[in-house]
Amino acid sequence: MASDRIFGLVVLGVALAYIASALQIQPSFLSDPVGPKVFPLVIGAVAALAALVVLLKPDESPEWPHGRTWLHLGIALAVLVGYAYALKPLGFLLPTAVAASVVSYQISPRLQTAALTGVGLSVGLFAIFKYALGLGLIALPRAMMG
Amino acid sequence: MEILSNLALGFSVALNPFTLFLAVVGCFLGTIIGALPGLGPSNGVAILIPLAFTLGLDATSALVLLTSVYYGAMYGGRISSILLNIPGDEPALMTTLDGYPMARQGRAGDALVISGVASFVGAMLATIGLVILAPMLARVAYLFGPAEYFALYLLAFTTLGGVGSKNQAKAVIAACIGLGIAMIGLDNTTGMPRFTYGNMHMMDGVDFLVAIVGLFAITEVFFFIETHGKGSAIGVKLEKVTVPIKDLIATSGSMLRGSGIGFVAGILPGAGASLGSFLAYMAEKSIAGPSGKFGQGDPRGVAAPEAGNNAAAGGALIPMLTLGVPGSGTTAVLLALLMTLNITPGPTLFADRPEVVWGLIASLLIANVVLLIMNIPMVKIFVKVLMVPAWVLLPGVTMISFVGIYSLTGSYFDLVMMVGFGVMGYFLRKLDIPTVPVILGILLGNQMEDNLRRAMVIANGDWTYLFSTGISIGLWTAAIAGFIAPIFLRRFLKRPPQPVDAEAD
Repeated sequence: MASDRIFGLVVLGVALAYIASALQIQPSFLSDPVGPKVFPLVIGAVAALAALVVLLKPDESPEWPHGRTWLHLGIALAVLVGYAYALKPLGFLLPTAVAASVVSYQISPRLQTAALTGVGLSVGLFAIFKYALGLGLIALPRAMMG
Repeated sequence: MEILSNLALGFSVALNPFTLFLAVVGCFLGTIIGALPGLGPSNGVAILIPLAFTLGLDATSALVLLTSVYYGAMYGGRISSILLNIPGDEPALMTTLDGYPMARQGRAGDALVISGVASFVGAMLATIGLVILAPMLARVAYLFGPAEYFALYLLAFTTLGGVGSKNQAKAVIAACIGLGIAMIGLDNTTGMPRFTYGNMHMMDGVDFLVAIVGLFAITEVFFFIETHGKGSAIGVKLEKVTVPIKDLIATSGSMLRGSGIGFVAGILPGAGASLGSFLAYMAEKSIAGPSGKFGQGDPRGVAAPEAGNNAAAGGALIPMLTLGVPGSGTTAVLLALLMTLNITPGPTLFADRPEVVWGLIASLLIANVVLLIMNIPMVKIFVKVLMVPAWVLLPGVTMISFVGIYSLTGSYFDLVMMVGFGVMGYFLRKLDIPTVPVILGILLGNQMEDNLRRAMVIANGDWTYLFSTGISIGLWTAAIAGFIAPIFLRRFLKRPPQPVDAEAD
């Protein structure tokens, strides 16, 4: 119950913000009978209505993970975001090995296997992508490549 | 006769050695993807699209490769259903009900052969149905103007919400999320920025591939972390595989009926392969009556749903190719592929690019034969693949997703957005909100709006134009009925029973 109520409120808030934002869309001198505002406004309104329905008639709450699992999920998320930023400046091999190890460790917490998985995936995928498929990946940080 | 000459054109495209090679590779990859729990046809095809695109394959080759993966994944899903009682993908759920009991009785090999042949029969009949029906539907589709297309898109959303989900309001929210995201970027008609908040990255809008890979692949990683990869395969044994001719003859009726039911379910928007296999199983169970040992390892309970889900996979291609409206998650992903390749599906595709359509159909026929060969004598290879543990598989999927999107767009911003979609997908799935309407909304949002605005330009702003032809009134009626009817039908049509320890795709 509670989960759906919170979700309904969030969607309602976002839908209202979306409508407010749609009202700010600049009209253009190239005009057509509908214009750029109407369709987004309808989407926002329909979403707000559906959110009200969910608020009033919530389903049962799902089983949410417990404390430690949230921590695992949070670590994985942080690592993936970090990986996204690291891929360009640091090259493929190092960030991939680290990110793959951490994700592997979150699924099955064994340090050695996770580290081996990470390194193996990093090198193996690099070989496949670079040499078999011919993608232009950069292996190492630019500074180290000279 | 026209069909034969078209098919001849198709085979002339598909029988070139490189295309043939791609079809074989696609079938092989697809079967693996289907067999692995946690990877199914939609996320499997999704992570491969960016790669196929960066490889610089031409339209026909890319399409052949990925539809072979699609068909292959539909075949492969049954392997883990039978051996592990874990459906490799959602449509294979029904196969667990009798497949796993058969395996426990030491008849795993028989179950794999029967289901392999059933998959072949279903997919083959559906592909033949596609050959006959698609050109006819394409001719009808010529009558569609912008008002009809707008109604058709609406129909796709409402039936997907009505038939495909438990809670209509949540399906509506999902569709609105997708449509709302599609609006981001420059307005197609006037070129004015919308919802960009002055951010340069947002001007081009949200790339649907980023959303698809995030929602399908990255979300799966979060789910596996939550469950700690429980239910992944350990110690699968398969004895000698022989061909149980007696069972094959006995189940031939089930296969044919399952194919018919699945094909129809596949064509209907929003229904797709899961419903096809469910209906095929239920029909077979009621035909057999008390004489059947359904749920305890009846071969018919393996044959019918497998024929059903593979036939539905073929049937689902019909609305996608002729109208540009996908009926399921995977065909939505294939539509994304077509759009990436700059191919506009619809009636004009059949007239303007016959080599693409018929080449695709011919390679589907070839892929089917290849899959039958791979899945019966070579099934042991795929059983080995099931031994890949989740702690290797999921990091691998993540890294492939990152590389795919990164080599496609070269932007860290898109990667972060992909992770964001992964998080969103996690919460949506937790709250039982379907993600397919989100994808469909992102894919179709702009076209839906363009058609609405074009219709209004034609009619000079008169809203009644939307309901002015017989076709559009029919589509609106079907859309409303498709949304409302399931509320009443739900009492009669219960959700398929969940096998123990099963995780849906």
